[in-house]
Amino acid sequence: MSALTTDAPRRPTGGRKKSKLGWNLVGLLVFLVVGFPLYWMVDTAFKPAKDAIDPDPSLLPTGITLDNFRRALDIADFWGPVGRSLIVSLSVVVIGIVVGLLAALAISRFAFRGRKIVIVGILAVQMVPLVSMIIPVFLLLNDLDQYDKLSGLIITYLTFILPFTVWTLRGFIVNIPKELEEAAMVDGCSRTGAFIRVVFPLLAPGMVATSVYGFIQAWNEYLYALMLLSQEHQTATVWLGNFTTKHGTEYAPMMAGATMMAVPIVVLFLLVQRKMAAGLTAGAVKG
Amino acid sequence: MSADTTTPAKVPPPRQAPPPRVSGAPRGKRTSRGTGIPWLLLAPCLLILALVMGYPLVRLVTLSFQSFGQSQLWGFKPAEWIGFDNFSGILGDGEFWGVVVRTIVFAAGSVIFTMVAGMALALLQQRVSGWMKTLINIVLVASWGMPVIVATTVFKWLFDTDYGVFNALLSKLPGVDMVGHNWFASGPQGLLVIMLLVVWGAVPFVVITLSAGLTQVPQELEEAARLDGAGAWGVFRYVTLPILKPIIVMLTTLSVIWDMGVFPQVFVMRGGHPEADFQLLSTYSYDRAFVVNDYGQGSAIALVTVVLLLGVVAVYMRQMLQIGEVE
Repeated sequence: MSALTTDAPRRPTGGRKKSKLGWNLVGLLVFLVVGFPLYWMVDTAFKPAKDAIDPDPSLLPTGITLDNFRRALDIADFWGPVGRSLIVSLSVVVIGIVVGLLAALAISRFAFRGRKIVIVGILAVQMVPLVSMIIPVFLLLNDLDQYDKLSGLIITYLTFILPFTVWTLRGFIVNIPKELEEAAMVDGCSRTGAFIRVVFPLLAPGMVATSVYGFIQAWNEYLYALMLLSQEHQTATVWLGNFTTKHGTEYAPMMAGATMMAVPIVVLFLLVQRKMAAGLTAGAVKG
Repeated sequence: MSADTTTPAKVPPPRQAPPPRVSGAPRGKRTSRGTGIPWLLLAPCLLILALVMGYPLVRLVTLSFQSFGQSQLWGFKPAEWIGFDNFSGILGDGEFWGVVVRTIVFAAGSVIFTMVAGMALALLQQRVSGWMKTLINIVLVASWGMPVIVATTVFKWLFDTDYGVFNALLSKLPGVDMVGHNWFASGPQGLLVIMLLVVWGAVPFVVITLSAGLTQVPQELEEAARLDGAGAWGVFRYVTLPILKPIIVMLTTLSVIWDMGVFPQVFVMRGGHPEADFQLLSTYSYDRAFVVNDYGQGSAIALVTVVLLLGVVAVYMRQMLQIGEVE
């Protein structure tokens, strides 16, 4: 009996198998419910217009057309907003990673007076809801003559990208054993040399994941983009609002637009999520 | 199966936690070289944060004690200090209290819903077969990655009055006729849909984080509890839950902070002009500032929101610092 208990969960008895089937059915239901909004977005995007606005819609695809995508690209300039979103997101990520890496090194590899206060500060800053800052940020950019300028939006996005980058990179750095650096320094590397030759290569995947994640956050931001740029300089997220006019909403083209916006981001996200989740939870589980 | 076999291997690491403390010793020696370096590394970050975060935060506080409207914005008139007038203005307003209560109910509902659903799904993930686990993971991560604004437009379409698939599906149930039902005719129903949207977006993060935590629960402990006669609920309540507590506290506090600040979902769902019974603190503050052009009162409302959250933030920070202490 004692031998059996060690791998009790794997006993291939009939009862276990049956219960697994039951759980799988529940799992299937969860899969369908959670995935439905995604499915429906893509399904509507490719539907012929008359099938899309059917009070009793067919749940399965009825035919494939690209008309909705054509209409979506027609309704308002698409590539302009996408270009602006790209400029803003890439700039924010580059600045965030460079500045954030330096700060993350300081708080994870050095012991100094005030370290704890800096850590608490960076954590606290992340907790201020962005929405509550919109009024003073708007006035600040207005004063600096940065309203309706991409540079203004880039600076603003650093409010949430920078603390996030510092904190995440810190998580990746503390997981790299200090002894590696110390060994390199014993072998004659300078501190900077040890960092570039030993820590940096180990940190690179984490930095890539952090960059991609930061890029997604910047790309998805809506409120600041809406408030700080005029209609003619809108970014991609704001562009999606063009489908609703006084006369109603053009849903099928809107879903085509939504698909165009979501697919690249979701793919990027699928690629880095595992790495990010590992970085985020590694510290938490240790506690 | 493969997931099952890997879990025991993952158990030992947490027990080896003490060694990192030992490496704290050489740290002191090395830093005696100069304390300037860390501050030099931190300088760019702190400068940027002071500009984009510190200054606006201070301005938020000062604004809420000033009368600041259209003419101050254009610089025709200097801002005037009016003491606590903005606060007495909003605190004496019945509408404001309605918004506060609505925001708290909305946030509490979203957080409880998110955490319970997240926990249930994380436990389910442990019980389904490997391929089903992968399938569920893919949809979870995909919906997590969906831009909020895209998710909002998709939900708007799902719940559309005339052509929304949700009404059509509900009407297929015997005895239910929801054809042409307008979910956004009243605040409570509309906010329920928005809550569903918020939860749908928030659950994946919770499930994935909790799943990672669940793999760290030592199987011997669960086994021992089971041998001592604990049922499934007993094992969960007295073994799993206590071990996951730090993660649960972190996730709950984060969710509270996020759900109190829900903005684009309401804003876009209501076409940029949320009706009175859709207003949450975030949209209400925005409304006051940018629609009514009373930036002072708008700031006061935002400040009240931040103060309301302070307690939750404190709990979160304590948890995070405890985790940090281990390193």
